[in-house]
Amino acid sequence: MKKNWPLWEVFIRSKNGLSHKHVGSLHAADAEMAIENARDVYTRRNEGISIWVVESDHITASSPNQNDALFDPANDKVYRHPTFYNLPDEVKYI
Amino acid sequence: MSTHDLEQIFQERIDAEIKIEAKEWMPDAYRKTLIRQISQHAHSEIVGMLPEGNWITRAPSLRRKVALLAKVQDEAGHGLYLYSAAETLGAERDDLIEQLLTGKAKYSSIFNYPTVSWADIGAIGWLVDGAAIMNQVMLTRTSYGPYARAMVRICKEESFHQRQGYEIMLALSNGTEAQKNMAQDALNRWWWPSLMMFGPSDKESSHTEQSMRWKIKRKSNDELRQQFINQTVGQADFLGLTIPDPDLKWNEATGNYDFGAIDWEEFWNVVKGNGPCNKERIRASIKAHEDGAWVREAALAHAEKRSARAAQKTQVA
Repeated sequence: MKKNWPLWEVFIRSKNGLSHKHVGSLHAADAEMAIENARDVYTRRNEGISIWVVESDHITASSPNQNDALFDPANDKVYRHPTFYNLPDEVKYI
Repeated sequence: MSTHDLEQIFQERIDAEIKIEAKEWMPDAYRKTLIRQISQHAHSEIVGMLPEGNWITRAPSLRRKVALLAKVQDEAGHGLYLYSAAETLGAERDDLIEQLLTGKAKYSSIFNYPTVSWADIGAIGWLVDGAAIMNQVMLTRTSYGPYARAMVRICKEESFHQRQGYEIMLALSNGTEAQKNMAQDALNRWWWPSLMMFGPSDKESSHTEQSMRWKIKRKSNDELRQQFINQTVGQADFLGLTIPDPDLKWNEATGNYDFGAIDWEEFWNVVKGNGPCNKERIRASIKAHEDGAWVREAALAHAEKRSARAAQKTQVA
């Protein structure tokens, strides 16, 4: 019988003050085993102080085909950036 | 958009050094090439544990033993990073393992040579890992994002592997006459197979050209091999050992070492399954897989039972 253990995505916080970051994936029978395996696979050299695991099936990702629709609207909105506003050099602390 | 147009856009992105990520459109052949290459790479890490595992219980000191254990554990980890990179392309772990165990997928031929003395552990770390690093450093810039990221992790960890190997060679070379002979003997046996690790010469390599165009590879087999030789000769000199190639000579004009002819017949013979340890490696891999089957099944059954019980509890509550 072929039956893979489910796939989990692993996120590691390398130190306090930083966010968890995706590092890769692994197979495990349940969440507890996924944490233990993630410890062995992704933190053998003190790479982390906190681990998140999420079953890959539970992640909804945007599709690369929709990139235009999703991200283009931000392209022509330069007024969202501070450099859009012209102020004289004499004005300080702004 | 036609496939032709998509392929053109794909190639333009590659040329612009934009990494390809998992869900994006890619030519079927690019996907297939990557699955083949990444899974073979993963298999090599996994099978690579066998020749070294052979010496864990007989390491000459506790210091050597913990280092070798950590190295072998790293190889398992590297195999896992790579399998998960292959899975982002839609490959299933079960299928990849099955291809290894049935001999359908290859792994690096170097692991079909036996480790007959402790010095072989030194030579493997120094030469085999050295050659692997050369290839893997190039692959940190490969065009497929998940593969490149796995390579960055692997390269960070590999440098300890090579240093521990060289340290073993150094200790033996500075030891008794018998120890020095042991080191020389290991170099004699591992030198040529290590050069073969870079694969057939560019003229003969069927995949190189397309892989270079897709920036999966960025240097040819021959370039990497030459780079490895140039870098390793001085290290052998420092050990006071002789590289077993009478034609090895510095070439002022090219700025490279010239070297003797590689026995490609031996290479193909080992690839085809007739190396000294091919059968033993596959046998050991199958045994490990079969012996572990009950653990995989039991863990799954346990997880299912627990989640069923948890579901029942919420219902009652």
